[in-house]
Amino acid sequence: MAHQDELVRDDAPITSSKSIDPDWALSAEAVTIARAPDELYAFWRDVNNLPKFVESLADIEKIDEQRSRWTVKAPGGKTVSWESIITNDLPGQAISWQSAEGADVPNRGKVEFRDAGQRGSVVRVVIAYDPPAGVVGKLVAKMFQREPRIQSRRDLRRFKQLMETGEIATNARNPKMLAEQEGDDQ
Amino acid sequence: MKAITWQGKHDVRFETVDDPAIVNPRDAIIRVTSTAICGSDLHLYDGYIPTMVKGDILGHEFMGEVVEAGPASTLKPGQRVVVPFTISCGGCYHCSKSQYAGCDNGNPADKQDIGRELLGIPMSAAFGFSHMAGGYSGGQAEFVRVPFSDVGPLVIPDDSIDDEKVLFLSDILPTGWMAAENAGIEPGDTIAVWGCGPVGLFAVQCAFLMGAERVIAIDHFAKRLELARSFGAETVNYEESKVYEALMDMTGGIGPDACIDAVGMEAHGAFVDNILDQIKVSTFLGTDRAHVVRQVILACRKGGRVSMPGVYGGFMDKFPIGALMQKGVTLRTGQTHVQKYMRPLYAAIAEGKVDSTFLISHRMGLEEGPQAYQKWHDEQDRYTKIVLKPGGMKQAA
Repeated sequence: MAHQDELVRDDAPITSSKSIDPDWALSAEAVTIARAPDELYAFWRDVNNLPKFVESLADIEKIDEQRSRWTVKAPGGKTVSWESIITNDLPGQAISWQSAEGADVPNRGKVEFRDAGQRGSVVRVVIAYDPPAGVVGKLVAKMFQREPRIQSRRDLRRFKQLMETGEIATNARNPKMLAEQEGDDQ
Repeated sequence: MKAITWQGKHDVRFETVDDPAIVNPRDAIIRVTSTAICGSDLHLYDGYIPTMVKGDILGHEFMGEVVEAGPASTLKPGQRVVVPFTISCGGCYHCSKSQYAGCDNGNPADKQDIGRELLGIPMSAAFGFSHMAGGYSGGQAEFVRVPFSDVGPLVIPDDSIDDEKVLFLSDILPTGWMAAENAGIEPGDTIAVWGCGPVGLFAVQCAFLMGAERVIAIDHFAKRLELARSFGAETVNYEESKVYEALMDMTGGIGPDACIDAVGMEAHGAFVDNILDQIKVSTFLGTDRAHVVRQVILACRKGGRVSMPGVYGGFMDKFPIGALMQKGVTLRTGQTHVQKYMRPLYAAIAEGKVDSTFLISHRMGLEEGPQAYQKWHDEQDRYTKIVLKPGGMKQAA
C-alpha cells in the first residue's frame, strides 16, 4: 500500500481497521442503555459496583480514589492481578485507566458515556492489553472464554441489564443452579 | 417436579428434575395448569434448531397459577395467568417500541454470543427454545420460573373462562394475528395462507377480521383444510392441485394480494427443490427447506406483501430475490410481540370474535408427553393441537 499515506482515512473507529496492526490486542465494544450518562457514569465509577456485572472479577480492592487492585479470573482456574490507576476522569463522560508497573497483564483502556438523546446513552469500552504468551495466549484465553473482548462484550450486556431492568438475566431455574453455573465458571 | 425434557432427535422424556425457585426480584413461580405442544416444538424434536442441550425442559405455550412472586413482581399468589413465550424486560428500547420479541435484556449475556455470530445481533429470549434463545426451562412441566413477571403474564380475572379459551394467547393466537397484520390487509383483498397448522388457521380467522374478502388456505391434510373452510376460506390441497396454477386462476391472473407463509423450515411435499433441500439439510449444506418460500414469493402479486410467521433458523438456497425485487414485493417477518397483542386478543375472545378452542383435538396428561410428541409428529391430520395437563387428566377434570 505505497499510496496509503495519500488516502484520507475513513470515519470508522480505528479499532475496526483492517490494516493497522497494534502491538497490543485492541478492541472496542459499544452498547446503548436507556439511562442518562450521569447515572451510568456514577454507577461505574464506584468500584464496589463493578463485581455486580464484571463477571471475570475474582476480587477488587479499592486503594484510594484513583487506584484499585484487580484480581481477574484467567484460563485454567488461575487468576491474574494488577493495580489499576485512573489516568483521566471526566465526570458524566469518561474514565481512562492504565495498569501500574508489574502488572500480570499490562493493560489500559477507556470507558465513555455519550448522550444518545431519546435512546439514553452509548457506553463504549476500549481495551488494549499485552496478551500473556502473545497470540497463543490470546487463543487459549478465547478457548476458555476469558478473552478480554468477549468478557467486555458480556460485561456491557450485564451492565445494560442491571441498569435497564434492575437485575441480571439468568436461565438458572433456582438459586442452587445459579450457584452451580457461577461455580462452573471459576 | 416432573417435566418433559429434550434428549436428542426424536427423544423426549418425562422426568423428575429440580424444582424452580425465585432467583431474581422480578421472577414469579407458576404452577402449570395447561401447556400445549407447538408446531415449532417439532423443529426441536426433529433436531433442526441448534444449541439444544440434553435435559432442556421443553414448552413455551403455558398458563397456570402463581404460587410465589419475587419482591419486584406485580403478581400475587393465587392469580391465574397466561405466560407469553417471549421473555421481555419491558424497559429496553425495543420493548418501549412494543417490539417485545426484540427485547435486549431477557437473554443471559453468555448466551447472546451464538446469536450474534449466526444472525448478526443476538436473539431475544424465549421459554424452552434452545440456548441461543437463552436456554430457559420451558412450560411442559409442573412448575416454571417466569422472569420479568411484572411485564409478561396476563392475569385472567374471570375464573369462569376455561384454560383452553385463553391458553393460546401465549403464542399461536397472537402469532396468527401478527401474521395477518404483517400482510397489510386492505378491504377487498385476497389472502393466501400456506400451512393450516395452528398459526395458519388463526391467521385465516384474523385475515377475515381485518377485512379480507377472500382467504385461500393451502395444505395437504384434509382435516386441517376442513377447519380452514369452516372459517370461510377456500382451500387448495397441494397433493391434488398445482398451487401456482390454482392461485393464478382463482385470482384472475393477478396473484394473491398478500401471502402468508405459516409453514417455516420443515415444508412437506415431494417437490424436486424440497427433496434437494432435505438432502442439503441432512448433509449440513443448508438448514432450511425453502419450497414454500419460493412458491409464496412467485405467486404473490406485483406490489403485494409476504408475511412470514413460519420459523426459519439459518440459511436458504435459491431464495427468489429476483422475483421479490422485480415485483416490488414487501416481506415482513419476525417472532411475535406477544405482550403487545395479548390484551386486545383476550378482549376479542371474551367478545366471541375469535374462536380459540376449535383447534384442540387431544388432551393428555403431562406424563404422556413423549407419546404426544410422537403423535404430533406422525399424525398431523388427526392431531391438530395437543394440550397437556400436569398431574394427569383425572386431576384436570
